[in-house]
Amino acid sequence: MLDRLPDLVNADANLVRRGRFVSTTFLVAIDDADYLVRIAEGRVAGVTPGPFITPNYSFALRASRESWDKFWQPLPPLGFTDMFALVKNKLMRVEGDLHPLMANLLYFKDVLASLRKEAR
Amino acid sequence: MSPHFEPAIGRYLHLDLFGRPHRLYVEEAGQGIPLLCLHTAGSDGRQYRGLLNDAHVTANFRVIVFDMPWHGKSSPPVGWQDEEYKLTSRDYVRMIVDIADALELDKPVVMGCSIGGRIVLHLANEHPERFRALIGLESAAHVAPYYDVNWLDRPDVNGGPVCAGVVSGLVAPTAPVAERWETLWHYMQGGPGVFKGDLHFYMVDGDIRDRVDSIDIRRCPLYLLTGEYDYSCTSEGTLDVARRTGAEAVIMKDLGHFPMSENPPQFNGYLLPVLEKIRKL
Repeated sequence: MLDRLPDLVNADANLVRRGRFVSTTFLVAIDDADYLVRIAEGRVAGVTPGPFITPNYSFALRASRESWDKFWQPLPPLGFTDMFALVKNKLMRVEGDLHPLMANLLYFKDVLASLRKEAR
Repeated sequence: MSPHFEPAIGRYLHLDLFGRPHRLYVEEAGQGIPLLCLHTAGSDGRQYRGLLNDAHVTANFRVIVFDMPWHGKSSPPVGWQDEEYKLTSRDYVRMIVDIADALELDKPVVMGCSIGGRIVLHLANEHPERFRALIGLESAAHVAPYYDVNWLDRPDVNGGPVCAGVVSGLVAPTAPVAERWETLWHYMQGGPGVFKGDLHFYMVDGDIRDRVDSIDIRRCPLYLLTGEYDYSCTSEGTLDVARRTGAEAVIMKDLGHFPMSENPPQFNGYLLPVLEKIRKL
């Protein structure tokens, strides 16, 4: 799923422009499977699947596969439309240095939502 | 598109609130029963543009929308630079009553959304005799914090986009794109710390869970409308208030936390039957 992220984000010129000041690596956990997503000036420079011994990232988004699968549906069901909906219902854990995330919240939300564009 | 004006007129109202002079921006359209509308935390009266422009509403209701102090085109009070803005239940109730008096409204209907949906519960509890009816949009007795609101006001995070960012998911995914981004634009334009200051009421001071049972809807009818996609003021939260008060509640399809702004035609379809009931009271 996440392997589609570079193509989807980097093809969206306006999304890349909005993220032009973002350079960081964040972690997405789907159940126990970790992925490091490296962002360089708004472009997805790489998605590296784990496992990792000493993963180095700013912030992490952790949820079950079941939750992510619902979140990434083209029209997500009630309660799965947004990361804060998952957080409020204790289905997602957001941790680490949240500054890059919160300072670019709409950008990161749209990066994650880009995976809704087409069914797997 | 040919150039045209909307029917609403906007003026600045000068009045004393909390013992200090204020300058508030007030828009209105229509005639009939006064319908005083309260915007959400961190936004302003533009959220009600769809209502002010709906002839089905304005034929029988005088729709009045004010920007709260510190919001929209209303100013903060003189000396604002030396204080932290924090909305309290007491001030919010006082503000609504004083503005209704200043406008000489005779038993107005008050309709509020989110913080406005909460404060109508306070009005129902404290001043039922003053209002013809109350309409709570996205109304719940309490919402616990689900993110750190300090992110909304700090110098190393651009306040406009982060305020829009924390609410963007509250818009229904089915909302028209133009109205979604209009709604978020209002959030991007809030003054520093204002959204956070409103959330002090929403998440802390405005908790009315222990007084919901004392609301008497025979003294003032209460109607509740909540969007199905709202995960902040949830359907469960609204239905709990309905169960405890006997108020009528409707969960609205394809709407989220900003029904009047994110999809005005869809929302007005739910509101008009409520307004018809109020006309017949």
